[in-house]
Amino acid sequence: MIRLAVPSKGRLMEQTFEWFAARGLRLSRSGSEREYAGRVEGADGVQLVLLSAGEIPRELAAGRIDLGVTGTDLVREKLAGWASDLAEVAPMGFGHADLILAVPDCWRDCETLDDFASIARDFRAAHGFRLRIATKYHRLVRAWLAGHEVADYQLVDSQGATEGTVANLTAEAIADITSSGATLRANNLKILGDEPILRSQATLVASRAAMGPEMTALLAQLGLRA
Amino acid sequence: MIPKRDKQAAGQRLLSAFRAAGAVEIAPDILLPAESLLDLYGEDIRARAYVTADPIRGEMMLRPDFTVPVVQAHMENGAEPARYCYLGEVFRKQDMGETRPENPRDSEYLQAGFELFTRDPGADAEVFALFHRLLAPYGLSAETGDMGLLLDAVRGLPLTAPRRDALLHHIWRPGRFQRLLARFSAPVPPRDFPDTGAPWAGLRDEAEMQARIARLCDDMGVAPLPGIWSERLAQLFALRAPAPAAIARLRDLARDMPAIGKAVARIEARFAAIEARGIAPEQIVFEASHGRATMEYYDGFTFSFRAGHTGWPPVASGGRYDALTRVLGKGREIPAIGGIIRAGLIAEMEAI
Repeated sequence: MIRLAVPSKGRLMEQTFEWFAARGLRLSRSGSEREYAGRVEGADGVQLVLLSAGEIPRELAAGRIDLGVTGTDLVREKLAGWASDLAEVAPMGFGHADLILAVPDCWRDCETLDDFASIARDFRAAHGFRLRIATKYHRLVRAWLAGHEVADYQLVDSQGATEGTVANLTAEAIADITSSGATLRANNLKILGDEPILRSQATLVASRAAMGPEMTALLAQLGLRA
Repeated sequence: MIPKRDKQAAGQRLLSAFRAAGAVEIAPDILLPAESLLDLYGEDIRARAYVTADPIRGEMMLRPDFTVPVVQAHMENGAEPARYCYLGEVFRKQDMGETRPENPRDSEYLQAGFELFTRDPGADAEVFALFHRLLAPYGLSAETGDMGLLLDAVRGLPLTAPRRDALLHHIWRPGRFQRLLARFSAPVPPRDFPDTGAPWAGLRDEAEMQARIARLCDDMGVAPLPGIWSERLAQLFALRAPAPAAIARLRDLARDMPAIGKAVARIEARFAAIEARGIAPEQIVFEASHGRATMEYYDGFTFSFRAGHTGWPPVASGGRYDALTRVLGKGREIPAIGGIIRAGLIAEMEAI
C-alpha cells in the first residue's frame, strides 16, 4: 500500500487532482467537504490522505506517508538534510512561487545584494543593532545570505503579514514567498537582485524508505521514474 | 564510541595542568542571555546555538562558547594580570545542508580552556607553549597566523578611508573581500539613483541613504587602486610555510609593504619567545590567512593544533582577542589571549 498525501484545500488541491487525472489517476475527496479522507480510482494499492501542504514534508520524513505533493520551499526549509530521506520525483508545473529578499522601494541606493550588505553595515553602525529581516524561512534565508557572505543582519520571525513589518518598524527588509509581487508593491517594497533565493513549485516527493517495486510501478503508471 | 566519563577524565587532566600553570578555575553559566551573544556573533551563531526562552530572563542560549562569559566575568571583577581556566560543555547544532552526514559531529562537547589577561608582550608565547606542551604526546601539527598582520596590510593600502574601512570590515569574508578589492582596482562605473516616487518606509531614514549616496558619488571620482597592490596582498594572504621561512618571506614582502613592518617584527619576536621556551619554530607552520577562517573576534595571533584524521575539527584552537574586551568592557579594555582543547578528541586519540 502506497500512502499518497496531497494538499487538503484550495487551488493547490484542485491543480493536484488535475495533474493526477491527466495521468490516469482520479483522486477525489470521499464524503463531505469537511472530511480529510480521499478516494483513488485508476490504481490499486494507493491510499489517499489530505493534509496541510506545510505538514507533508514532516510526514514524509517521519515515514507516515510514502509519496506527497508539497512545495520545494517547504521541503528545504523544514527538513535539515532532506535529500537523505526524500527524493523529488517530479516538478508539477504549478504552485510557482519565489522566495525573495525585498527592501523598501524608497531605497534608491539599493539595487544589488552588495548594496544590501553595505547598507546593513551602515545601519548597524548608526543604530547599534543589526539590520532586521522579517521572515518565516529562517534556514533558507540564513544559508543563502551566509553563502553570499552578507553579515551585519539579523532575522526576526514573522509568521504572517510579513510585508507589513517594514512599515511597522519591526524590520528593515523581508524575505518571503511571492508569486506576482502585487502585495510587495502595495507595501512599497521592491525585490532585490535578479535571482530569487529559491524558485519553488509544487513537487511530487517520495520517501526514500518507501522505494520498492510498488512505488516503481505507481511512478511508472504516472509516466515517471524513481 | 568513547564513554563520556573518559572524556571528562581527559578534561580534568587538562584542567589540572592549566591550574598548575597558574590559572584560577572559573565556571560560567550554561544558560547565557542570548541577546549580547547574538549581537556579537550574528546569525552564524543563531544557526548553530540552541536558543530557548525563560519566562523571566527572556531569550537564553545554551553556552556556545566560553570566551564571552569569561571576558564578561573578568571585566566585572577581575584584577590584572589574570589567568583563568575552565572545563565544561559547549553546545552547537550541526545543521547539515541537503544531505545528512554519515558521521554527524557531536552537538555537545567538552572544552578545556585557558585565558590570559595581561599587558605582558610575552603572553602569546606563554599560551602557545602551554598548549604545545600539553598536546605534545599526540603528534599534532601546529599552525599559527596573525590577523594583525593582515589588518595592517589593508590599512597600508593607498585607499580612501571609506574603501579601507569596507575592506577591513569584510576581511573575515574572503569572497566579499575579494570582490571589493576587484571593484576598487577598476574604474568606478557611473551610477545614478533615480527617484522612485515611493513614500518613505522603514526605520532607516532618508539622511542615512543620502549619506551613502554622497559616499558612492565621491567614490566615482576615485582612481583605481594600482594592480600591484592586490598582487602584493594576494602574495601575503597566500603565504604558508614553516615559521623561519615564513618570516624571511614576510621581511621581503615588508619591503614593498612598509605598513606590515611592525607586525612582522612582532611575529619575529613571538617566534623567538616561543623558541626560548624550547619549541623549534621549524615545526610550526605560519599561515597568513589562518585567522580568517576562525572566529571573527580574533584580531592578533591565532593558533590551532590539528590531528591527521579527516573530518576532525582542530583538537585545540585559540588566539588573541583584544577588540572583544573593548566591546564587552564598556570603556575598559585589556589585552587578552586564550584557547580551548576539545577534551573528547584527546580521549579519542588516547583510545586509538
